[in-house]
Amino acid sequence: MGSPCAIKMENITKRFGTVTANDHINLELHEGEILSLLGENGSGKTTLMNMLSGIYFPDEGQIYVHGKPVTIASPKDAFDNGIGMIHQHFKLVDVFTAAQNIVLGLEEQGKFDLKAASARITEICQKYGFDIKPDQKVYDMSVSQKQTVEIVKVLYRGADILILDEPTAVLTPQETDKLFDIMRAMKKDGKSLIIITHKLHEVLDVSDRVAVLRKGEYIGGVLTKDANQQSLTDMMVGRSVTLNIDRPMPVDPQPRLAVKNLTVYDQLGVKRLDNVSFTANSGEILGIAGVAGSGQKELLESIAGLYPIARGEIMFYDPESGQEKNLVGMDPLDIKRAGVGMAFVPEDRLGMGLVGSMGMTGNMMLRSWRNGKGLFVDRKHPEQLANDVWKELEVVTPSTSFPVRRMSGGNVQKVLVGREIAQDPAVLMTAYAVRGLDINTSYTIYNLLTAEKMKGIAVLYVGEDLDVLLELCDRLVVLCGGQVSGVVDARTITKEEVGLLMTQHRKEDA
Amino acid sequence: MLSRFHISKRSSLSPQKAWLIRGGAILLALVICGIITTITTGLNPLDVYATIFQGAFGTARKSWVTWQNVSVLLGISLAVTPAFKMRFWNIGAEGQVLIGCLASAACMILFGDKLPNGLLILVMLLASLFAGGLWGFLPAFFNARWNTNETLFTLMMNYIATQLVAYYIIVWEVPKGSGKIGIINQNSQMGWLPQLAGQQYLLSILIVAILTGAMYIYLQYSKHGYEIAVVGESRRTASYAGIKVDRVIIRTMTLSGAVCGLMGLLLVSGINHTMTTTIVGGRGFTAVMVSWLAKFNPIAMIFTSLLLVFLDRGAGEISSVFSLNRSFADILTGIILFFIIGSEFFINYEIHLTNSAETEGERHV
Repeated sequence: MGSPCAIKMENITKRFGTVTANDHINLELHEGEILSLLGENGSGKTTLMNMLSGIYFPDEGQIYVHGKPVTIASPKDAFDNGIGMIHQHFKLVDVFTAAQNIVLGLEEQGKFDLKAASARITEICQKYGFDIKPDQKVYDMSVSQKQTVEIVKVLYRGADILILDEPTAVLTPQETDKLFDIMRAMKKDGKSLIIITHKLHEVLDVSDRVAVLRKGEYIGGVLTKDANQQSLTDMMVGRSVTLNIDRPMPVDPQPRLAVKNLTVYDQLGVKRLDNVSFTANSGEILGIAGVAGSGQKELLESIAGLYPIARGEIMFYDPESGQEKNLVGMDPLDIKRAGVGMAFVPEDRLGMGLVGSMGMTGNMMLRSWRNGKGLFVDRKHPEQLANDVWKELEVVTPSTSFPVRRMSGGNVQKVLVGREIAQDPAVLMTAYAVRGLDINTSYTIYNLLTAEKMKGIAVLYVGEDLDVLLELCDRLVVLCGGQVSGVVDARTITKEEVGLLMTQHRKEDA
Repeated sequence: MLSRFHISKRSSLSPQKAWLIRGGAILLALVICGIITTITTGLNPLDVYATIFQGAFGTARKSWVTWQNVSVLLGISLAVTPAFKMRFWNIGAEGQVLIGCLASAACMILFGDKLPNGLLILVMLLASLFAGGLWGFLPAFFNARWNTNETLFTLMMNYIATQLVAYYIIVWEVPKGSGKIGIINQNSQMGWLPQLAGQQYLLSILIVAILTGAMYIYLQYSKHGYEIAVVGESRRTASYAGIKVDRVIIRTMTLSGAVCGLMGLLLVSGINHTMTTTIVGGRGFTAVMVSWLAKFNPIAMIFTSLLLVFLDRGAGEISSVFSLNRSFADILTGIILFFIIGSEFFINYEIHLTNSAETEGERHV
C-alpha cells in the first residue's frame, strides 16, 4: 500500500434516511502532514470526520489507523486510536478551569491529582506555544483561548491525529495566523492533522495536501504546491448542471429595498456584516450567495428587525405611497405597523418560522392573530387560509390541526412559504428555502418564487446551491466573510466566477 | 435469538384510546396498591379503598370540605397555568397566595371597624390582587430585564412572603403572647365573605368554577392566550411574529400572581378567617403538578385536582380508621401518581418487540 498512512478511509458511505451524506469515499492522511478537507456547505466534510471521531458509525467501508483496520464506534474508541477532534462548537464547562475541563471525563487509575495534571498541561503548552494557564476559568477566556483548551484537551489524551472542524470560523486574522503556527509546530512534532475549511487562502497557507468533497463524493486530492485558488474553486463547485428553471425577464424593476453600509456584531462582539450595501428591486429575484456563515442569516434577520444593527440604513420604498422608510431600529411589529409588507421564510423553520406544536391553522395565525376583534383571536380566516394552502400546495397532513412538527420537512416548508406568500408582501425573503426538500417540492418552491416575482414583488433568495442560484435569480449578491464581494448579473456570470467571489477573502487590515 | 425493545414515537392516537390507557393505568395502580396493602398490613384492600372514599365523601360535611379543598387547589393551579404554559418556571405560587392572604388579613384588621362591609371586601379584593400581582411581577421583570433565573427568584419570594406573614402575626397577635392571630373580626364578621345558601364554602367554590371557565377561554381563545402559547414554544418564533416577548412574560406573570392573590383572599376571608404562615400548606407546589398532569387544560385540571385532594383526604381517613402511619397513605398516593404519569409514556410512544439481527443495521451510535 505504499507510504504509511496515519488514516486510511476505504469506501466509506453514510446515509441519513434517503440522503447520502458520504458516498464511497476514499481518503488518506499521511503521517506528519496537514491535510485540508475542502468543500461547500453540505458536501459531507463534517459527517466524514464525525465517523473518525466516533460520533457517527459508517454504513459501509473500512477505516485503517496506522495501517491497522479498526472499528470506531464511540468517541472513546477514537481516543484509543489516538484520534482527537476539535469541534466547531466548543464543548467546555464555563465555570471550570482549563485544567478541570481538560481532565474531565478521563478515567485514570489512582488518585485524582489536579496538580500533576496542571504540570503536564503546562508542559504541553510550553512545547507548542499555547498561551493558557491551567487554573484560568473558561468564562474568563477569549474565543481563541477556548479553542486552545480544546486542542490541549485532545493532546493531553495522547492524540497524534488531530481533526479541526472549521477552526478559523470564529477567529480574527491574527488569531488564525497564531493557530497556523501551532499547527505547524504540531506537525514538526510528528502529529498528523486534518483541517476542515472552505477558505481557500487558508488552505494554500497551511496545508500540505488538499482533498476535495462535493455533494458527498470525493472529487480528488492535490498537493497544495500544485494548486491555486482557481483550480481549487473549480474542483469545489464542479461543472454547471442545467436545471431548466423557468426564468422570465423582470418587468419594470424599481428599487424596493436598499441596504446601505450595514454593519452588525453578534453577542460575542464579532463583526458579522461589514459595510454591506445593495439594492433589491421589485419584480426580480435577488440571490444571495456565499459559503455558510458569511452573514446571510444576519442580513435577513437585520432586515426583518430581528438583529441589532450597529451602523447603516435599510431603506424601504413604498410602492403605493412612494415614500421612503428607514427600517433600522424597528422590530417586526413596528415594521408591520409602518405598513411595510415583509414576508420572511427563515432558515430555522420550526425554531423561528413556525410553532411546532400547533397545527396549520395555529401557524397561519402567527401572521394574523392581531386582526381579531377585541380580546379574542379570529380563527375563521386562518382556518380558511390553512385549507387553501393545504389544497393548493398539496400539503400532506391528516388535518389542519395536526402539529406541524410531525410533518415531513417538505410539508413544513410548504406551510411556511404558503403562509408568507399569502401575506401579499412587497418584499419576500427566503433563507435556504429548498434545504432538505426533494426535487419536486424544490421546483414547486422555485415556481412559487418566480410567480411572486412576476407579481412585482422583490424576492431575496439566500441559497447554497450555485446551480440553482444561477438559474433562478436575476442578480446575485455574493457575500464573503460578512462583506459584499460582488453584485453580479446571474444570467451572464459563470459558476467558477461566483465560486471565486465566494471564497476570496480580502485580508482586513485590523 | 435475542429479542429487544424498540421504542418509537406514535404518529397519532385517538383521544378515546389515550383515555383507555390512562384508565388502565389507574386500574393497574389500584391492583398494585391492593397487593402492597395486603402484604404489608394484612388488611383487605377493598376495605381500605372504601375507607378512602368514605374519608372524602362519607358525609355531607366531608364532601363540602373535599370540594372546598379542590376549589383552593384548583384555583392555585389555574393561577400557575399561564406561566407554565409560557415555560416560565414559576414555583412561587406559595408565596404569591400567602402575600394575598396577608393583604386581605391586613385590610380586615386595619379597616374592620372603619369601612362598611361591602366596601371593605372590595378594598380587600384590590389589595390581594395587587399584592399577589406584585409578587408575580417582580421575578418576571427581573427576568425580562436582566435575565435572572425565575426559578430561584420565585422560590426566594416565597421565603420573603413567609417571613412577612410571621412578622405581622406577632404584630397583630390576639391574645398578646399567643403567637397567633386567632379568628379575625369574630364578632363583627367584618370582611368575611358572605355565605351562600347557608353553606360557608359555596361562594369560594363558585368563584373558582367561574375562574376555571374564564381561564379556559383566556388561554384558548384570547390573543393573550395565543401569545402565551407561542412564547412558550419558542421565544424566537414569538419575536418573529411581532410578539413583544418581555411584555408578555411580565403581563402573564403579573396575572398569575394576581390570581394567586385572589386565592389568598378566599383562604383568609372565605374559608379560614385567620392567617398562619402555613395556611397555603404546600398547595402552591402541588398546583404545579395539577397543572402539568392536566397538560395546562383548565377543564382537565378539575379532575387532576380532585384526584389529588381525594387521595389526600382518603389518606387521612385510613390513617385514623386503621391506625396506620400516614406515610402508608402517602405510599399509595405515590404509586397511583407514578402510574398516571407513567401512562403518558405509553400514550406518546409505542413499543415493538424486535429481534436484534433486524435492527443492527439501523442502530444509531
